[in-house]
Amino acid sequence: MTNLLSRLFGRAKKGSGATAKDRLRFVLQHDRINLPPERMEEMKSEILAVIVKYLVVDKDRVEIDLEQRDRRHSKLVAEIPVAIHTPPSNSKQITDSSALADVAESNGANNGSDAQSAEDEAAKPEAPKDAVEAKADEGEDEEDKKA
Amino acid sequence: MGGKVVTISSGKGGVGKTTATANLGISLASLGKKVVVIDADIGLRNLDVIMGLENRIVYDLVDIVEGRSKLRQAMIKHKKFDDLFLIPAAQTRDKMAVSPEDMVKLANELREDFDYILIDSPAGIERGFRNALEPADEVLIVTNPEVSAVRDADRIIGLIEAADKGPGRLIINRLKTELVKKGEMLSSDDVFDILGLSIVGIIPEDELVLSASNSGIPVTLNMQSKAGMAFNNVARRVIGEDVPFMNLDESRGIFQRLAKLLNGR
Repeated sequence: MTNLLSRLFGRAKKGSGATAKDRLRFVLQHDRINLPPERMEEMKSEILAVIVKYLVVDKDRVEIDLEQRDRRHSKLVAEIPVAIHTPPSNSKQITDSSALADVAESNGANNGSDAQSAEDEAAKPEAPKDAVEAKADEGEDEEDKKA
Repeated sequence: MGGKVVTISSGKGGVGKTTATANLGISLASLGKKVVVIDADIGLRNLDVIMGLENRIVYDLVDIVEGRSKLRQAMIKHKKFDDLFLIPAAQTRDKMAVSPEDMVKLANELREDFDYILIDSPAGIERGFRNALEPADEVLIVTNPEVSAVRDADRIIGLIEAADKGPGRLIINRLKTELVKKGEMLSSDDVFDILGLSIVGIIPEDELVLSASNSGIPVTLNMQSKAGMAFNNVARRVIGEDVPFMNLDESRGIFQRLAKLLNGR
């Protein structure tokens, strides 16, 4: 009943007080570690740049975030999905590139960047069929972004 | 060790540090404590006018530090309370005229004769703030339920903890209950969640505070004032009493009353 009355008089909608709280939380997270948001983004790309030298990463699903319990306890929590290396099966292509492309494929359609790394590798030998498919994935992904 | 040094700080200017200091001083004195309030905002002296003592100043803080005045000579006795004194800031000097060590020395001298030494810190995080922080046994942080004030409070709290003067307690000043109810202002709980410090006072917005500074009679002397009562409660918490927070939620509209009724509250 209170809810109904509140809603009738416009109280149920999120007021600017809640917005203030969210915005403060964000700003203070960065203030407290003395690292402004723009520098944080820079750091994330650097971290990622190192990792992709060694692993195939699903860049779209990477999450690197600051978690803060209180003023004195902050931690950087990273979730970086990496492609699992499936050893090539007994059949035809036994090159590394095909394995990578397989992985990109098995990860579903939504990982254009994965596909991209896979494609880079795959492009060296005579562009096998898998790599072409990966390219198609990438195209799809770009469309998604535009939509 | 004698008296306790309580520094009132905020980071941001204009949130009510000086008003809080004046009212705490008055309230503590009315509770029978021996109190001295120090205006550490050199160059921007104001505690004197808020307390209505501006025309009694002969010497100031810098005069004491530089030896032109004895401590007692510079202390101005309050009109109403024999055990309440003000040490005014110098108006024509800058903050560099006093060092944190000077403040420690002064505070230690005052500890012998007073129960509470309240220091009104200047805004900012520079020398003036350091001066006010150095002798502190406890720091009260004044903030408003508003983004910039809370952000600056957080900054100050970090510095206070870094100086081993923490954790400090919060005074949330100028809370507008009506706006909080509409969700258009941070509540005291929100501020607590964000800053994580215990709250020693919630002061409601009250027009009588302006009339009080207009006339130089701190609002806590006005029995009609909710803000005055809230400041008085802060003083009682400072001396260690367990005082429940005032119910600031009394101006209910008819629909809210109806809702409460229907909810059986």
